Amino acid sequence: MATNPSARTRRREFLSGCRDELPILLGVAPFGMIYGLLALGAGLPPSTAQAMSAVVFAGSAQFIAAQLIHDAAPAAVVIVTVFVVNLRHALYSASVAPFVRQLNAGWKALLAYLLTDEAYAVAATRYERDGDRTDVSPFRHWYFLGAGLTLWTCWQVSTAVGVFLGARVPESWSLDFTLPLTFIALVFPALRDRAAAAAALSAGVLAVLAVGLPYKLGLLLAALAGISVGLAVEGRRA
Amino acid sequence: MSEHWLPVLAVAGLVTFATRLSFIALLGKVETPPLLARALRYVAPAVLSAIVFQELLVRGGTVHLALGNARLLAGLLAAGVAWRTRNVLLTIATGMCALWGLQALLPH
Repeated sequence: MATNPSARTRRREFLSGCRDELPILLGVAPFGMIYGLLALGAGLPPSTAQAMSAVVFAGSAQFIAAQLIHDAAPAAVVIVTVFVVNLRHALYSASVAPFVRQLNAGWKALLAYLLTDEAYAVAATRYERDGDRTDVSPFRHWYFLGAGLTLWTCWQVSTAVGVFLGARVPESWSLDFTLPLTFIALVFPALRDRAAAAAALSAGVLAVLAVGLPYKLGLLLAALAGISVGLAVEGRRA
Repeated sequence: MSEHWLPVLAVAGLVTFATRLSFIALLGKVETPPLLARALRYVAPAVLSAIVFQELLVRGGTVHLALGNARLLAGLLAAGVAWRTRNVLLTIATGMCALWGLQALLPH
């Protein structure tokens, strides 16, 4: 039986996935801590703040959900906003789907749960490197699992550290300001072309104009309008 | 503000999971609609920018467009750093230091 060699291959794949994820943790760990701090600042109980990291497991969506909860938005607005913010994961899903199609439903569900921006970046790089080679390891999903679980562990631990520290940080430190600052840092790389810049600018202006709308709908409407503007600018240029 | 948010977050988590599972589960049965694929590219810039604008310009439900707005000034400085360096940690550090400095200088 070939159980021994294949168990070794599985372990090697898993560990190299873990290793390739490590450099990314440098950016993720502070982000998770800031989320923990911010969620407490927004009024969430520590257990709920920690549970959100396990259940939603998506950095930017968790920041926004915490903010909306702080502003007492209705439940439906929180859910729909999280959905729109996380829509990009559908693209990742489409991108990795051909590589995991031979797996059973349990594996597919597990890898889908772990499919964050950062795990996708590492797994997709691996799949791209392999290209169309036919001699690739049949255990590549263990690599994906290693990368995903490494990120998951880092996110849970850094959230816990942030929650722990959060209870001890006075409000006068204005730590909630780290949220817009993080997003400022993330938005510039997303402005790849004029269409993206137009989407960002129109969504921003509309979000301010629509701030008086009931149920905190302004953010959602501004985002949808910005996406439409991006498509329109792209279409006119093409 | 309490435990009643847990079920809401559970639904939000399920929705996120369903989004991530979507094409993995459906592969071979449906194609990505091209319009959706194009629209997805604008989700990040639109959502992030909408939040940033609100955070910097709106305080307590009213628009606050003045030089006395410490968050706006600190945010603009941080945006300059983000644009130049693309460094997340440096952007956050600059913005926080600028906010603390301005809060000490400006009248409240």
